[in-house]
Amino acid sequence: MTSGLVMYEEEFRLIAGICDRLTRDANAKVVFLVDKNGQLIAASGQAQNLDTTSLASLTAGNVAAMGGLAKLIGEKEFPNQFHEGEKESLHMSIVGGRVVLVVIFDAKSSLGLVRLRVKKAGEELAKVFDGLAKKQAAPGAASPFAEITDEDIDNLFSE
Amino acid sequence: MSFINYSSREINCKIVYYGPGLCGKTTNLQYVYAKTNPEAKGKMISLATETERTLFFDFLPLSLGEIRGFKTRFHLYTVPGQVFYDASRKLILKGVDGVVFVADSQIERMEANLESVENLRVNLAEQGYDLDKVPYVVQYNKRDLPNIATVDELRRLLNPRSVPEYQAVAPTGVGVFDTLKAVAKQVLTELKRSG
Repeated sequence: MTSGLVMYEEEFRLIAGICDRLTRDANAKVVFLVDKNGQLIAASGQAQNLDTTSLASLTAGNVAAMGGLAKLIGEKEFPNQFHEGEKESLHMSIVGGRVVLVVIFDAKSSLGLVRLRVKKAGEELAKVFDGLAKKQAAPGAASPFAEITDEDIDNLFSE
Repeated sequence: MSFINYSSREINCKIVYYGPGLCGKTTNLQYVYAKTNPEAKGKMISLATETERTLFFDFLPLSLGEIRGFKTRFHLYTVPGQVFYDASRKLILKGVDGVVFVADSQIERMEANLESVENLRVNLAEQGYDLDKVPYVVQYNKRDLPNIATVDELRRLLNPRSVPEYQAVAPTGVGVFDTLKAVAKQVLTELKRSG
């Protein structure tokens, strides 16, 4: 099996910083970053009242479905998507082939501005994820779960 | 594919419920949702048709507690069971950490069960997984119905590898949590092994 994504404190701070800056620069309401498998990586802006877990899962489902459609018409994927609502709109872009950057914005911003800022933030994020992948592949990068015992696992289910 | 987050001290895993149409995948999730403490679960999402058939997936995030200071969170998904939704089923399997196969115990659904297991094997292989290696549990559902196959027969046809198996009546919860615990345990054991 392919190994999963591992997020370290240092990279998380970099990522959160990029997302915070994007929220400001793009005049966005919320910015969040989701693993293509539906795991939320980071959220920035007015995310407190949002069900970010559901958002992450549905984002991944949407990107996967659009990716399936892309392949049917001979495209590799649709790297950018825009969904326009009455008040709020949503922009999704695939970063580094692995994660999805989602920006939610209203009339205070515009698609043009969001696109422009997302492009720059996407490039920065891609670099961080490249670094993460290397770190994870490096020898000695054992997961914290290598040391757990069968007993630890049993305890979880004993209630 | 698990996601280990040192920053939030969380580990996230993905479990997919697979099986033929109307075998009770969504019912499994609905029961888990109904019986889990509010603080341990998120919202359950069902992308279904007007007649409540799963169109894309059901999704239920669950917290199981902590291991060595890491919160363990499981994301449960179901696939749409109807044969013609195969393209969607493939997508849901992306990044899966563990699979539950829900079999319909009724004799007339045996062919549908077999077809679905084979479909699971093929779709997993397309994502680079081997059904004989992934954390995997089989549930024989609908044990309360009259016209059902024996467990021996079901085992012979659907569980040649002798993975953990459970008899279930999903609407009343029989076997539902046993199934979930068994697959979650296997997923964590696999993480430990590969970690």
